[in-house]
Amino acid sequence: MPNEAHLLPAWALLAYLAAGVLFILALRGLSSPATARAGNRYGILGMAIAVATTLITHEVASLVEIAVAVVIGAVIGLVIARRIAMTAMPQLVAAFHSLVGLAAVCVAAAAYVNPVAFGIAAADGSILGVSRVEMSLGSAIGAITFSGSVIAFLKLNGNMSGSPILLPTRHVLNGLILLGILGLIGYFLRDQSPWVFWTLTGLAFAIGFLLIIPIGGADMPVVVSMLNSYSGWAAAAMGFTLHNTAMIITGALVGSSGAILSYIMCRAMNRSFIGVISGGFGAADGAGAAAAKTDRPWKRGSAEDAAFLMKEANQVIVIPGYGMAVAQAQHALREMGDKLKEHGVKVKYAIHPVAGRMPGHMNVLLAEASVPYDEVFELDDINSEFAQTDVAFVIGANDVVNPAAKTDKSSPIYGMPVFDVQKAKTVFFVKRSMGGVGYSGIDNELFYMDQTIMLLADAKKMVEDIVKAL
Amino acid sequence: MDFISILSIFVLACFVGYYVVWSVTPALHTPLMAVTNAISSVIIVGALIAAQGSGAGGPAKWFGLAAVVMASINIFGGFAVTGRMLAMYRKKAR
Repeated sequence: MPNEAHLLPAWALLAYLAAGVLFILALRGLSSPATARAGNRYGILGMAIAVATTLITHEVASLVEIAVAVVIGAVIGLVIARRIAMTAMPQLVAAFHSLVGLAAVCVAAAAYVNPVAFGIAAADGSILGVSRVEMSLGSAIGAITFSGSVIAFLKLNGNMSGSPILLPTRHVLNGLILLGILGLIGYFLRDQSPWVFWTLTGLAFAIGFLLIIPIGGADMPVVVSMLNSYSGWAAAAMGFTLHNTAMIITGALVGSSGAILSYIMCRAMNRSFIGVISGGFGAADGAGAAAAKTDRPWKRGSAEDAAFLMKEANQVIVIPGYGMAVAQAQHALREMGDKLKEHGVKVKYAIHPVAGRMPGHMNVLLAEASVPYDEVFELDDINSEFAQTDVAFVIGANDVVNPAAKTDKSSPIYGMPVFDVQKAKTVFFVKRSMGGVGYSGIDNELFYMDQTIMLLADAKKMVEDIVKAL
Repeated sequence: MDFISILSIFVLACFVGYYVVWSVTPALHTPLMAVTNAISSVIIVGALIAAQGSGAGGPAKWFGLAAVVMASINIFGGFAVTGRMLAMYRKKAR
């Protein structure tokens, strides 16, 4: 069996292992912002080792073409990385996922048409059985990652409506396509004709598309995490094909990372993973209830009222949500925090795991606005403090402060962990208008409570006005 | 390497990933996704083998080169954007 990939020199195998270990250290570094930058450097070193080892151990006949391809990619990548706005990070990550997916499909296709170069051909020129399963899995997962991420990108970037698109027979259709893909992978073991490989890849492209269109905008954190996970499994499958430890270790790391993030996001919404990916949330439920309740009395305040009360407070807790990101209000918010600190007010920020459109989105935006990370707290660490807090300042968040999640069993968000903002002496709620209530479309009891003052305006404008009044 | 040793590496790496990722602070979940993106582009190893031009060449080489471009976008873009984000995380100036 002429299996070149299996006959790499020992040092090369060790180099790939070292790359894998460096990738583990890259993720380990992220356990604290203090060590994270060193972690990123380990990652870069690992990648350099993996690429160099591959180039040295394989006879590269087309070095110029490869160099051109790398330079093209590098220029595009670096320009995007430098220019992208931090608020657009979710769609950037989705776009990157789609590239990993498509690259996996390309590598699988290359391995399929030229198995000898990958050392996966049997003596008679046919592809080894186990490699057929690995490459078809890699191609299928890569294709799902690609088309799913493209849809996620379009939804996050606003090129496509964030509301769910529901086909009536979607579960049956998806089930049939999935069975078709699995059946073809099985059949591929017996018959390695091109149509089998390409049909299963094509079906995988289709199911990636169909799986993501019914999922609403508010569930995008789960979707992005899930696609992150898929891109890892695709890399791992190709690592099996190439017998490459760096790829297998990385694939496993990324795969589990995405899976854990999806789990964290689902837990923070008290939803099941299956419930999220079967889609439809935020389409119709609760819309009627919201319309029925909107004539109840509520208080409206001005920027001056907010400035006055916050200046006199001992502690202000700011709860930012996606609305803050949309309004780009993070810089103004930090200025407000600075002014309040000058008045001797303690300012803290409270971030819900699902605030924003991807895990950790709000933290990045606050960091961008130079809010020190030791003023930013997670749900469990700060929730007991609201009772001793004078002002809770809710900006662009809604469902994560809805008391119905604790009290109303019939609410669609019942059981979701939320901030106990109603325990604060005063709650300011920055919101564009009284209509349109959050992504889940449910009314919020908090609007009508005695201590709540609504600040109706664009988030950025309102915060700037408060800064002026301080 | 036989299939079983590869599978063993994979399974153990899944466990390592599980524990390492749980230790990542939630404040850094966005950089985590960006960097996992960059490292999953280690798939460039397969792309390079495909693009090397030996053997039958032809379509395999073009698939390989396309994958090299895509993986490079991710590698350079992913690490650069992660670095940019991480540089913004600062402690309180005292």
